[in-house]
Amino acid sequence: MAKVPMQFRLNGSDRAAFADPADNLLTVLRRGLNEFGPKYGCGQGTCGTCSVLIDGELHLACLTLAAACEGASIETVSGMADGPNLHPLQNAFMEHFAAQCGFCTPGMLIAAKALLDRNPNPSREEVIDAIAGNICRCTGYEPIIQAILSAARVSPAQRRS
Amino acid sequence: MPLGLRVAQSLSEAAGILAADPRARLLSGGTLVMRDVNEGRLTEGTLLRITDPAFRQMQVSGNRIELGAGVTMAAVLANRELGFLHAPARAVGGPAIRNMATIGGNLFAETPYGDFTVALLALDAQVMVLAGYGSARAVPLEEFLAGRARGEARLVAGVQFNRPQNPADFRFVKVSRVKPKGLSVLSIAAHLPGSASRIGPARVAYGAMAPMPIRARGVERALEGKALDAAGIAAARAVALEGVSPATDAIATDWYRREVLPVHLARLLGERG
Repeated sequence: MAKVPMQFRLNGSDRAAFADPADNLLTVLRRGLNEFGPKYGCGQGTCGTCSVLIDGELHLACLTLAAACEGASIETVSGMADGPNLHPLQNAFMEHFAAQCGFCTPGMLIAAKALLDRNPNPSREEVIDAIAGNICRCTGYEPIIQAILSAARVSPAQRRS
Repeated sequence: MPLGLRVAQSLSEAAGILAADPRARLLSGGTLVMRDVNEGRLTEGTLLRITDPAFRQMQVSGNRIELGAGVTMAAVLANRELGFLHAPARAVGGPAIRNMATIGGNLFAETPYGDFTVALLALDAQVMVLAGYGSARAVPLEEFLAGRARGEARLVAGVQFNRPQNPADFRFVKVSRVKPKGLSVLSIAAHLPGSASRIGPARVAYGAMAPMPIRARGVERALEGKALDAAGIAAARAVALEGVSPATDAIATDWYRREVLPVHLARLLGERG
């Protein structure tokens, strides 16, 4: 089966890859481009650890047909920090002990970023709904919720998009 | 032979490809088909993508609402004109799934998924079906689901239904053990036109109470022409289990589903309209 050539922006850089026709985006990111931020968890849309932003919208990379991402702008957890300066969400996750084993963290951070990008001042209920598609088996969620609420209190000027 | 991919620029081209290739599978939002690919249940044949903008179009301004099969749950939630459908759209997955999952895909979701279809069933929706090149044919949703049960493969272009005269006429509840995102123990949608003192032609539908979403005809008969008072609700509750055949799965036993359905039905009917 012929490979499908594709180009898209990944965390602000132009990237090109060859994909099998039915490859999901996660496979192309991890195996094709060595972008190991998003993780493979369940492969069925339950766990959320493969979450990425596609043109600013939260998607699950494991359920996204890679070929449909031609020309798209994709953001992963690896693009959140600005060089040595972590994103306020990443700092807040550290300060609130919101990561334990860390497997859910790439998806949690991206789901939280998707929320704060469109709603900079969310309520606790809105935070809970925003991470409803992301499973964490370590923290019991409360530290994650507190971290996101605390990052939201950082002024928008300090919070780079 | 691994999976191939074809891209159709128009709905009629897609219908032609599906008619000619029995192993072609339409991929809409990907939440069902890509899962089958990831789990190795779908390893051969052709995936088909549709880029036709008509697939994602919404016509929501008038009394007759038309939603393309490729319209996502997030698009429904972003539309204020569709406020009465926000509860069933929010019942589908988490935010990422709602950005991907489509109305057309939901019509093919297996129990206990497919909560949005339950809402469409209570709205007497028509499914616009393409069986080959040519124009779409309107099929009542109930008939469409019966065809799906027989394994008929058809391309869904969209759905159409009338807007409830009063948004409060339409009610929906999804019962799940995990909140805010969990699989359905059951879901109930009810369209109760008329007034609280005299209900018009009622439509009530259940999800996860049978292999497919079903109409609760006994409840509909019990409600029609009656008042939505304690006696009316009790009469509906008494026939709540007519026609149900729920499964036992990882979420609930069939016994549990039968036990709690009348309770949730009575609560939904008792909500202030």
